[in-house]
Amino acid sequence: MDISLLLTEIMVALLGLLVLVLGLALPARGKTVVNRFALLGMIAILAYSITAFSQKASFFNGVYQIDMFGSYFKLLFLSAGILVMLMAGKYISRFEEKSSEFYGLMILATLGMMLMSSAGEFITLYVGLELMTISFYILTAYLQNDKLSAEAGLKYLILGAVSSAILLFGISLVYAMTGTTMFTEIAAAFTMQPALLAGVVLIIAGFAFKISVVPFHMWTPDIYQGAPIPITTYLSVGSKAAGFAALVRVFMVAINGADASFDWSMLLAILAALTIIIGNLIALSQKDVKRLLAYSSIAQAGYILVGVVAANSFGLKGVLFYAMIYVFANTGAFAVATAVEVDTGKTGIEAFAGLSKRSPMLAAIMTICMLSLAGIPPMAGFAGKFYLFAGAVQNGYLWLAVIGLIMSMVSVYYYLGVSKAMYIGENENDSPVLTTGGSTVALWICVLATILLGVYPGPLSELAGYAIQILM
Amino acid sequence: MFEFSAFSLYDAAFLAIGGVTILGALGVVLFRNIIYSALSLVFTMLGVAAIYFQLNAGFLGAIQILVYAGAISVLIIFAVMLLMDKDARRTNLPTPRTKAWFAGGTITMMMLASIIAAVGFTEWPKTALQGVDNSVGMLAELMLGDYVIAFEAAAILLLVAVIGAIILAKGVENR
Repeated sequence: MDISLLLTEIMVALLGLLVLVLGLALPARGKTVVNRFALLGMIAILAYSITAFSQKASFFNGVYQIDMFGSYFKLLFLSAGILVMLMAGKYISRFEEKSSEFYGLMILATLGMMLMSSAGEFITLYVGLELMTISFYILTAYLQNDKLSAEAGLKYLILGAVSSAILLFGISLVYAMTGTTMFTEIAAAFTMQPALLAGVVLIIAGFAFKISVVPFHMWTPDIYQGAPIPITTYLSVGSKAAGFAALVRVFMVAINGADASFDWSMLLAILAALTIIIGNLIALSQKDVKRLLAYSSIAQAGYILVGVVAANSFGLKGVLFYAMIYVFANTGAFAVATAVEVDTGKTGIEAFAGLSKRSPMLAAIMTICMLSLAGIPPMAGFAGKFYLFAGAVQNGYLWLAVIGLIMSMVSVYYYLGVSKAMYIGENENDSPVLTTGGSTVALWICVLATILLGVYPGPLSELAGYAIQILM
Repeated sequence: MFEFSAFSLYDAAFLAIGGVTILGALGVVLFRNIIYSALSLVFTMLGVAAIYFQLNAGFLGAIQILVYAGAISVLIIFAVMLLMDKDARRTNLPTPRTKAWFAGGTITMMMLASIIAAVGFTEWPKTALQGVDNSVGMLAELMLGDYVIAFEAAAILLLVAVIGAIILAKGVENR
C-alpha cells in the first residue's frame, strides 16, 4: 500500500484547509491573494493529476480504488472547479469578506466528488457524497442579502437530507441481504430477493436525485435559480458528474455485473426517457435563462443516462465523454449569463436582448455553447450524443435513441430562442458588457474546447475508452 | 411470511423498543410545541440506543446515549429556547394545506407498503447472534484501518459543517 498514490486527494484536502486558514489569518486586503492561491493550487493539482492518470491501486482490500475511471473524473472535477473559479471573477465581490471561505468550501466539495468517483464501497461513497452536498448546502445559501438564495439553500438542505436518507436506507437493505458494503462482494452475493431489489431501487432513487433525473428533479430549477451563478454552474457540471461517476461504478460493478435475471437497464431506460422528454418540454416555456439552463441540465442528465442504460463500451465511453464536454459547454453558457447578471442584475431573456451589438464575443460564445448543448455538428455535443445514442442502439434501445434525437431537435428551439434575443432583440443600453480577465480566460477555454473536441474528438474519446476498461 | 411460532421475549423487547422509537419520531413531526418535539426526539435516540444494546453493540449504544440523547438533544433544546420569540404552543404547526397532507400521506403509505412487502417476502440470510469480546478495539481497527479514508473525510465534513453554520448564522453584517 503506497500512500503516495492518494496524493491528488491529499493535496486537494490540504489546499482546501490551507485556504480556509489563510482566509482567517490574513487581513482583509490579503483576501485576493488567498483567492489567487486557491486558483493556482487547483491548477497545480490538475497538472499533477494528469501525470498520475494511469496509476492503478486498490486500497484496503478494495475500499478505495485508484484507477483510470476515477482519474478521468478527477480531471473533470478539477477542470470544472478551475473554470468556475475563473468565471466567478467579479461575482465574488458580492460575498465581501466571506470570499476565501467560498473558495475553501468549493475545494472541499471537489474533494467529496473525488471520493465519490473512487470509492469501492458504500460507506466511503456516502461520506464523499455528504462532504460534497453539505458544502453545496452552504454555498447555495451564500448570497445572504438575497431571499431567493436563502430559500434555495433551505430547500436544498431539506430535499438533500431526504434523498440521503433514501440512499442510506437502500444501502442498509443491501447490506442486510449481502452482509457487505463492498461493490465486488455485493455482486458476488446478489440474489433475487424482494428486499435486495427494494434496496437497489432506493439506491438508484438516491442517485437520481443528485443527477436530477425525472421524477426526482423538482428541486433543480428553484435551486439553480436561487444559488449564486458560479455555484449553479458547479452544481450542474460537478455534482452531476460525481453522481454519474458513482452511479456508473455501482451499477456496473455491484448491480448489473451479477445477475441478469432482472432488467435494471429497462428501469433506467424509462427514467432516461421521462427525463429527456419532460426536461426539454418544460424548458420550452422558460423566460429566465437560469431556469432555462436548469431544465436544459435536467434534459442533459437524461442524455447521459442513456449511456448508462446502454452499459456497453460505446455507451459508457459516451457517458464519460459527454460529461467532460458538458463541463465546457455548460460553463461557457453560465459564464456569459454571469457576465450579463453582473452587468444588468437580471437573468431574464430580455436582459440578453441586443447582446450581439453590446458584446459580439459574448453573444457568439453563448450561441456556440448552446449549439453544443443541442448537439449540432460540428460542436462537441454532437460527437457526445453520437456515442451515447450509438451505444443505446447497439444494445437494442432504438426507441430510446429515437426519443433522444427527437427531443434534441425540440431543444434547438429554446436554445436558439436565447440566440434570437441576442441577435435580433433590441436594447436601449448599448455599452459593452464588461468581463474580468479571469472570466475572459474561462470563456475562451470553454469555447475552444467545445469547438476543438467537436472537430477532433479522438484523443478525449480514447482517454474515456481507457477509463472504462476497468468496468468492461 | 412472518413467523409467529418462534415469538420470544427477545422479539417482544424488540417490538417494544421499535414502538418507542417510532412513536418518538412521530412525536417530533406531530407535536405543535417544538419543545415537545425536541423531547420526543430524545425518546427516538434512546430507542435507537436500546436497539444497539439488544444487538450486543454496547459501546455504540453508550455513545448514542451520551452524544445524541444527551449532548445533542440538550443543545437543540437550548437553541430553541434562545431563539424562540413567539408562543411555544404554536412553534411547530403542521401545514394547513390538505392537498399537501394528502399527497404526502399517499406517498408515505405506498412507500411503507412496498417496503413492508419487500422485507416480509424476503428469505433473510440467518446468522447466529454472537457477542464480540472487544467491540471497541474492533471498531477502532476498522475506523483507522480499512475505513480510514471515510474517517478522515468525515472529519473534514464536520469542519465544513461547522464553518457553514458560522457563516450562515452570522448572517448579513449590519452597517
